[in-house]
Amino acid sequence: MSYIAKPKVTHPGMPKNKLGLYARDYEGTVSTLCAGCGHDSVTAAIIQAVFELGVEPHMLAKMSGIGCSSKTPAYFVSQSHGFNSVHGRMPSVTTGANAANRELMYIGVTGDGDSLSIGVGQFVHAIRRNVNMCYVIENNGVYGLTKGQFSASADIGSKTKKGEANNQEPIDPVSTAISLGATYIARGFSGDKEQLVPLLKGALTHRGFALVDIISPCVTFNDHEGSTKSYAHTRQFYHHVTDIDYIPPSEEIKTAYAEGETMPIKMHDGGTIVLRKIDRNYDPTSRAAAFKYLRERSNAGEIITGLLYLDESRSEMHELMGNVDTPLSQLPLDGLHPGKEELKNIQNRFR
Amino acid sequence: MKPTDTSNPEYFHKVVDCQWGCPAHTDVPAYIRMIAQGRFSDAYMENRGSNVFPGILGRVCDRPCEPVCRRGRVEDSPVAICRLKRVAADHKDDITERLPKAPKIGNGKRIALIGAGCASLTVANDLAPLGYQITMFEALPKTGGLMRTNIPQFRLPPKVLDEEIGYILDMGVDLRLNHPIDSLKVLMDEKFDAIFVGTGAPHGKNLEIPGRYDSDRIHIGIAWLESVAFEHIKSIGKRVLIIGVGNTAMDCCRTSLRIGADNVKVMARKPRKFFKASSWELEDAEEENIEILTNHSPKEFVIEDGKLVGMNFELMEYNIDENGRIDRGVVTSEKFIACDDVVLAIGQDNAFPWIERDIGIEFNEWDCPLVDETTMMSGRAGVFFGGDSAFGPKNIIWAVEHGHQAAISIDRYCKGENIEDRLPVGLNLVSQKMGMHEWSFSNDYDTAPRRLMPHIDLKERFKKLDIEVELGFTAEQAVREVERCLNCDIQTVFTANLCIECDACLDICPVNCLTITENGAEEDLRTRLAAPAENHEQALYVSTGLPHTGRVMVKDEDLCVHCSLCAERCPTGAWDMQKSTILIPYASDEATDSPPQPAGVSGT
Repeated sequence: MSYIAKPKVTHPGMPKNKLGLYARDYEGTVSTLCAGCGHDSVTAAIIQAVFELGVEPHMLAKMSGIGCSSKTPAYFVSQSHGFNSVHGRMPSVTTGANAANRELMYIGVTGDGDSLSIGVGQFVHAIRRNVNMCYVIENNGVYGLTKGQFSASADIGSKTKKGEANNQEPIDPVSTAISLGATYIARGFSGDKEQLVPLLKGALTHRGFALVDIISPCVTFNDHEGSTKSYAHTRQFYHHVTDIDYIPPSEEIKTAYAEGETMPIKMHDGGTIVLRKIDRNYDPTSRAAAFKYLRERSNAGEIITGLLYLDESRSEMHELMGNVDTPLSQLPLDGLHPGKEELKNIQNRFR
Repeated sequence: MKPTDTSNPEYFHKVVDCQWGCPAHTDVPAYIRMIAQGRFSDAYMENRGSNVFPGILGRVCDRPCEPVCRRGRVEDSPVAICRLKRVAADHKDDITERLPKAPKIGNGKRIALIGAGCASLTVANDLAPLGYQITMFEALPKTGGLMRTNIPQFRLPPKVLDEEIGYILDMGVDLRLNHPIDSLKVLMDEKFDAIFVGTGAPHGKNLEIPGRYDSDRIHIGIAWLESVAFEHIKSIGKRVLIIGVGNTAMDCCRTSLRIGADNVKVMARKPRKFFKASSWELEDAEEENIEILTNHSPKEFVIEDGKLVGMNFELMEYNIDENGRIDRGVVTSEKFIACDDVVLAIGQDNAFPWIERDIGIEFNEWDCPLVDETTMMSGRAGVFFGGDSAFGPKNIIWAVEHGHQAAISIDRYCKGENIEDRLPVGLNLVSQKMGMHEWSFSNDYDTAPRRLMPHIDLKERFKKLDIEVELGFTAEQAVREVERCLNCDIQTVFTANLCIECDACLDICPVNCLTITENGAEEDLRTRLAAPAENHEQALYVSTGLPHTGRVMVKDEDLCVHCSLCAERCPTGAWDMQKSTILIPYASDEATDSPPQPAGVSGT
């Protein structure tokens, strides 16, 4: 952390978004995480993404659980809604919030401990329900707040700061999400905002559960030689398999893309994701192919990044449940419950 | 781009815009921090080392430091540097013990200084402590030159002049007042080891239009100011026209108000944006209800019955092109303006009727001597020039710098050394880190606007000529104003091989001046930075290739507010905040043949 707040002075040449706001208007308080924490870069990427999308701060809800990662919502968009839940319970609290008010944009920020250990059950059921949210995992492979024990995402052979190697199989959130049927699955790296910001913009506009797994090095406990989630290791082994550009509904697609290498995908908000394949053989529309590709490359030690799977056709939670379009929170009371008489009738059906 | 060579002292010197902009390179951030700490005497001595006249300059300096102040690029107004300098002078204790002194035994060399203005006084200040025997010739009955004759007492009280000039004369200068030099040749026959000419540009420009010589109520500005200063002139008519709109014009119009005028108009030939006067001098004049009329070109003086009754002006219309250049204009009509007196303040020229043209000193078409810009020596070996007499009218702080450089040359010349062979400028860098998030300086950004200088009441100030208008900052105002300083001398220093490219510095920088990107040519790099880098006057600080990716760290120096957050957020200490001290050589450093050392008082 720093003792002074980030000075309220800006470069006069910085751009405004469609709401007339500057990127700095989307900031929160100054981070109290360790200097150099990858999470702070993720925060900066989120700020850039919501700024570029022109998100109205009061239409954003930021949700989190417990852990270093779960502190980060305090560091962006101060004027939005937020809920800091019990450890690992962010997905169910978000599910509840989304059930009550489907109009808000939900961003859940969680970590490998919060989502893959204590909250893994919550994580998989949020996917199963296809809750309309952007689900960010700040993945550093250690429990930073408790001084650097291996987390459930630590790779086999990765070493602690003291030199002991992990020998348990890691849970890979991306493969897990593919097998569970999540509809937007991406992986990024906190040290590569050029790739990360578009991935977050796509995830925020995607209708349904959007997972962005972000390698976010723990600079204090997992940035040494022998770690597989350090800045140096990630830079050495990571591969872009796809890059995306998010084109908002109001803009034309101007850039000319080479045939066969790109896929324009229409989003529900009217915008378009233009997906550029770095590896031409990669098929981000096939769960089976994506799963196979990931397993192979990950066994070879590569860290695959980009938009790895996208299905814009599937129904999200409210559609699956047949809910009304109006958010429940805005319905008048008599529209929300059937009344005493009808309730009696329903109960009588079960007698 | 090639990695920035920060071992060249010029690089970090340039980042300290105020110090770079000051001809005498006063270490502004260092001394104003001392003021905030209540160390007024230390601040005064820090100033005196480079600019010799802190009390005088704190009132009347042309302030080249302020327009270039970084604060003025981030916000509307720069730090009130000049008026802070005055605070140091006003609040200091007795500093006589800390002044340089002449040695008991001199070095046997005799130097003649012609003129007792700021340039000559600076030469005396630098050479007397080295044992030189200084003889100073002054045509007028008092010292100070233009500072005393052309700057009115309500801006610069005589006691301030006397005090600071006294510090120099007290080192044993042989002062010859009322002693004009009529012939340089004759003076040269007196076998001085070197001669320094600091006689200023004493010749006010004339306006040759009809009626000019038909009245005695038409005055030449600088000569008229001098007469007022020496009380040869004690009154002026009720209605006065000042021709010209430079700083001398501002002094003439405000002086007129104090010796009898009640309706003073300043007549400008061009529109306001082409005025030569400093903005603050215009403001001060307008505060005193001086009317400034633009686009009035003088046509003739109107004389009736042998008496000046007014002037005719041509009203002008100009075209200004897209580069801001103004054309010659066209006359649209004529206008008569009545007046009792006219003061011409349209510039001044050099005049050297007393320098023979056959002694090796060459003159250009404007009657300025040809003088080397580094050594200040003329074509005649051993004869040096400085101040306005060297390159035409500039200002006090330039004259001081000329004096310093001439003193170095004179010292080398008298020792038989090559005067071109001068000590280089040096640089010291010292980390300011005191703890995890603690710095030795106030790094937080204070959003306070510029403090306003308190002025004496409008009714009071006209009662006498010598009532000083500006009251000076109080200690509280000074402290607040110092907090506005961005501490540009505390440099952001980057060590590339420590960087792990975590982006922490990029993310925290409030003004987006940092970028990690692929290297490229400067023009290309400037288009790829986190924030537009359109100020080409300000450098890009480019690192060597970073260890992980080979990309480079690029810092646009333009708007950095030196808040230290990049260094605080850096996990590896790749960024550090280091105080740069620019080591400017003076004659005393040349004399000891050792490079300049940091001042005895610490820089922070």
